[in-house]
Amino acid sequence: MAGNLKVSVWRGGADGAFQSFEVPREASQTVLDVVTHIQRALDPTLAYRFACRVGMCGSCAMMVNGVPRWTCRTHVDKVAHADSLEIAPLRNLPIIRDLVADMREFFDKWARAKGEFRGHATRKDDFAKVRPDSAPRVQADAGIECIGCAVCYAACDVVAWNPQYLGPAALNRAWTLVKDERDRDTLERLRAVAGDAGCHACHSHVSCTERCPKKLSPTAAIAGLKREVAKAVLHGDL
Amino acid sequence: MTFRGEARLWLAQRASAGVLALCVAVHLVTIVYAVRSGLSAAEILQRTRGSIAWFAFYSLFVLAVTVHAPIGLRSVLSEWLGWRGRSRDFALLLLAAFLGWTGMRAVLGVFA
Amino acid sequence: MRQHPSYWAFVVHRVSGIALALFLPLHFWALGNALQLDSFIAWTQQPLVKLGEWLIVVALAAHLGGGLRVLALEFLPWRNWQKSLAAGAAAFALAVGLAFALAL
Repeated sequence: MAGNLKVSVWRGGADGAFQSFEVPREASQTVLDVVTHIQRALDPTLAYRFACRVGMCGSCAMMVNGVPRWTCRTHVDKVAHADSLEIAPLRNLPIIRDLVADMREFFDKWARAKGEFRGHATRKDDFAKVRPDSAPRVQADAGIECIGCAVCYAACDVVAWNPQYLGPAALNRAWTLVKDERDRDTLERLRAVAGDAGCHACHSHVSCTERCPKKLSPTAAIAGLKREVAKAVLHGDL
Repeated sequence: MTFRGEARLWLAQRASAGVLALCVAVHLVTIVYAVRSGLSAAEILQRTRGSIAWFAFYSLFVLAVTVHAPIGLRSVLSEWLGWRGRSRDFALLLLAAFLGWTGMRAVLGVFA
Repeated sequence: MRQHPSYWAFVVHRVSGIALALFLPLHFWALGNALQLDSFIAWTQQPLVKLGEWLIVVALAAHLGGGLRVLALEFLPWRNWQKSLAAGAAAFALAVGLAFALAL
């Protein structure tokens, strides 16, 4: 595994630029290993995020050769073109510095899509009995593993073209709650996710589903929201 | 536009798409038939003029187009040209009216 | 990030839609004016016009195929094979285009 990688790393804010580094190749090297090497051995001023480094937390998400990925789960062998790599902060989010994106807008949209469970039971009530094989529960379960890493948000061109668009993660979360029979806020939530900034802006590019490291399908969730909103509007509920 | 309005546009787009799928299929078959038969203008008009069925069919076709094309362009205008808001929607209404007018003019010319 | 079939299907769907939206007013206008003249039919025999007509038919078929893909994604339960719908839509467009080319 001899040789070096030529790595272009984004430095600075929105008006920054790429800076080149030479990083020795190692066996089973991940892109996070590369970034870590740069910060420890070559330039300690490089800012980047990581936490678990084993593919569970989503903190290390970055653009690698123009594609959003978890860098701890991306082997250099799989993505390097002719011994070179380009690493940049997640697309569609403001840049704080270098490889660190500002996640606030991502989570603000999550809140705007009413991505928060609201039940009506109290501790005095019995447990809710939800059949795991009921159709709504199966649909909800297909989306609940989201860890909010924003890879789908970075992959989505509608997010890039429509600044108000809530985005795949927020809409996926809203869908899991719409399908949760314990939640009481369905109509409120449908109101929040309908419209130009919501589910109706999705054009089924399916980039979110393609890139999701947890193999979720925001495309399916958003299609479900479109159907629910249509039903509610036709029945006069909304 | 309200979210209710957006939801209705979404429904109208899918409904008109369904209508257009049928109309386009029939239209393509008809045109290919006419072309292959080498019909002249007079021969075509002989078959189409005064036909209530064809008149109704193509009027429905035009109506579906006036619904579907402007709604389809709406996203393109906002996403690729950054044109949003009332002025865009008004322009699209004008487009719908223009398509309806020229479309019915053609339908009347061929089927009335 | 955009190198996957569903994205290409979207681009084809949108571009064909724009082409049709630009072409249709011309089509309606020409029909409204000219069908009474045999010279119009003669004009349509020109190679460039035939090429234009063929392109319109391909655009129509591509847009219809793409639209069927969107309808399937939005209304049918999610299945992974729906990704191959993009391929199906493309094949459909091609088939119609060929058929029309043969007829011309």
